[in-house]
Amino acid sequence: MAKSTMSFLGAIGAAQKEAMDADERVVIIGEDVEANVYGTTGAGKSRKDKGDFLQMYGRNRIRNTPISEEVIVGAAAGAAMTGLRPIVDLSYSSFLYMAMDQFVNQVAKNRYMFGGQASMPVVFRSAMFYGLNTGAHHSDRPYPMFMNVPGLKIVVPASPSDAKGLLRTAIDSDDPVLTFEACMLWGLKEEVEEDEYRIPFGVARTVREGTDVTVVAIATAVPEAVKAADALAEEGISVEVIDPRTLVPLDSRAVLESVAKTGRLVVADPAHKTCGAAAEISAIVAEEAFDALKAPIARVVTPDTQIPFSPALEKQLYPNRESIADAVRRVAGARPRQLADAR
Amino acid sequence: MDLAAMGSTTALEAQRRMLRIRRFDERASKMVKRGQIPGTVHTSIGQEAQVVGATMALGDDDYMTGNHRSHGHPIGKGSPLGPLMAELVGKGTGVCGGKGGSLHLADFNVGSLGESGIVGSSIPIATGAALSSKVLGNGRVSLAFFGDGAANQGCLYEAMNMAGTWDLPVVFLCENNQYALSTPAHTVTSGVIAERAAGFGIPGVRVEDGQDFLAVFDAVTEAVERARRGEGPTLVEVVTYRFNEHSEGLRLGVDYRDAAEKASWLEKDPIVLFRKHLVTEGVATDDELDALEREVDAEVEEAFEFSQTSPFPDPSVAFADLYTEPFGPTHLSRDGAKSAEQAFSTIGA
Ligand SMILES: Cc1ncc(C[n+]2csc(CCOP(=O)(O)OP(=O)(O)O)c2C)c(N)n1
Ligand SMILES: [Mg+2]
Repeated sequence: MAKSTMSFLGAIGAAQKEAMDADERVVIIGEDVEANVYGTTGAGKSRKDKGDFLQMYGRNRIRNTPISEEVIVGAAAGAAMTGLRPIVDLSYSSFLYMAMDQFVNQVAKNRYMFGGQASMPVVFRSAMFYGLNTGAHHSDRPYPMFMNVPGLKIVVPASPSDAKGLLRTAIDSDDPVLTFEACMLWGLKEEVEEDEYRIPFGVARTVREGTDVTVVAIATAVPEAVKAADALAEEGISVEVIDPRTLVPLDSRAVLESVAKTGRLVVADPAHKTCGAAAEISAIVAEEAFDALKAPIARVVTPDTQIPFSPALEKQLYPNRESIADAVRRVAGARPRQLADAR
Repeated sequence: MDLAAMGSTTALEAQRRMLRIRRFDERASKMVKRGQIPGTVHTSIGQEAQVVGATMALGDDDYMTGNHRSHGHPIGKGSPLGPLMAELVGKGTGVCGGKGGSLHLADFNVGSLGESGIVGSSIPIATGAALSSKVLGNGRVSLAFFGDGAANQGCLYEAMNMAGTWDLPVVFLCENNQYALSTPAHTVTSGVIAERAAGFGIPGVRVEDGQDFLAVFDAVTEAVERARRGEGPTLVEVVTYRFNEHSEGLRLGVDYRDAAEKASWLEKDPIVLFRKHLVTEGVATDDELDALEREVDAEVEEAFEFSQTSPFPDPSVAFADLYTEPFGPTHLSRDGAKSAEQAFSTIGA
């Protein structure tokens, strides 16, 4: 199959284009999607000949919305319940809160509450602008809040290939999917299959194999964990990096199998610490694989503070290669024999 | 529209549906008092002309969403009574399998996309159904029922703006029964609800006599036809009155509604009024209308029996229908060693 170099953002655009071509019921709605402001509703290289999605598919299927997140989300839900398969571009993840009622009370509950009468094939895409000095109102990483809402599927891709394949699966899903795309990954490039493919939900990607410590990493923490693993390899510590890719459903089996092998777990998650994705993953491992653990679990997360503007303040807050490597060293040096002796 | 233009079949069907709502809600009220319904219910008694005038202006394929005062909407749209009554009791044969209850009735078979327990929250859903009709070009109209209280939720104005700019085939139907629980509408509502439509460049209509089935039917029919022609949304405000307390069994200990006001509205019983009209216009005789009432009584009795004899759902149903395909954390759902319930309870999914 043919591959070409795609950026993370380009891969998302490619998946949206595939889906628009494949199914007339797919529509894209959101603020500024007509002018391709966020770069995922354009024809990419053929933009000169074909224009953007607006020119390719027309205004019936590519719709600029008013800045009204509550009705955007609710209307997408109502449309999904009645035959469309909307992709909603909510731009910044921080804006999802404007529509919290619709997400929690309508999108997530309608199928269940009505005894299975509704299906809800809708994808809500949003970008997490953390790490880019956007200040407290634009740098949220809110996926754990939505993990707490049964009925939603939560996707956090960390590579161009995953972004493309996971988005296709999301659009195929008859259940509501929220994807959280980290802006710091937008420019990441790799060889991506040009043809259509889908990546199943609930299947983690082992980014790097290792034997001493498992690092479960999310979003920007994935490439940072790989960098940490490179550095640690030189110190003689072998790190396995696992990217769950979807947090709901969660491939807990992959995590548990890895921990069974390594006996040590670090979870690197750019969301806040309390009730974050790292907390959930840690709890599952503590519940299910306590016997396998040779050291306490370590979380490398964003501390429970708001996000400051100044680069001098913000940068230190998110998991990075140094903080991940430090945590790995800590759990690797936790002297399992001492613990055993103490028993 | 006068009765001759409407035709006797439609006119009698309207009376039948209003009566169904009345008797259904009277029975539900009684069931709450007897402890046969867990929780409470909100009745539409007194508002039947407003409900049926709107639902009968819709076609069978048209969509609607509603609120907590919710039994009348699906009944008015033609939903069979048995599964609705069974739902109030929480039975497995309920229209939502026992997972919705009184607040969350939905019958997709008649275009009822669901009643929302969150005040105002289903307005965007109806707007989205209209978007779907517009994109798919299937000619279906969508109607959102909401109260005077809900008319102060921001999502209504987001929805009217979106529907106005996109010419969506949706009718925003405000059931102004003049109170939101204990709060008189005029004390929390700046201006006239129907006039708010003007700000969005869409028609706003106020039906002053919402106890008159024909007045409501005419206004909503016009809005529905306009929507179907592709000319966009309309806001219709219908002034009406609920005869019962906000919810059954509620004892507030304050008289927030003036006794004289209440008495004057009780005089304006929409079912009594329409019956009189049917007789004086020669559409039906008193005997025929008595027979119709007996038929409806029997229907409600049958629905009650159905709700009583139906089984409760199996406990495992609590874990069904969250997703189209169930899943839990993969270490539980894949090896099958633990039950689905455990899988779900572990992840909270
Ligand atoms: C968002 C929200 N706020 C408050 C409530 C509590 N509540 C339920 S019904 C109601 C009154 C609603 O009044 P209105 O919209 O006029 O409808 P009515 O009951 O008069 O038919 C209130 C305050 C709620 N269910 N949802
Ligand atoms: Mg009211």
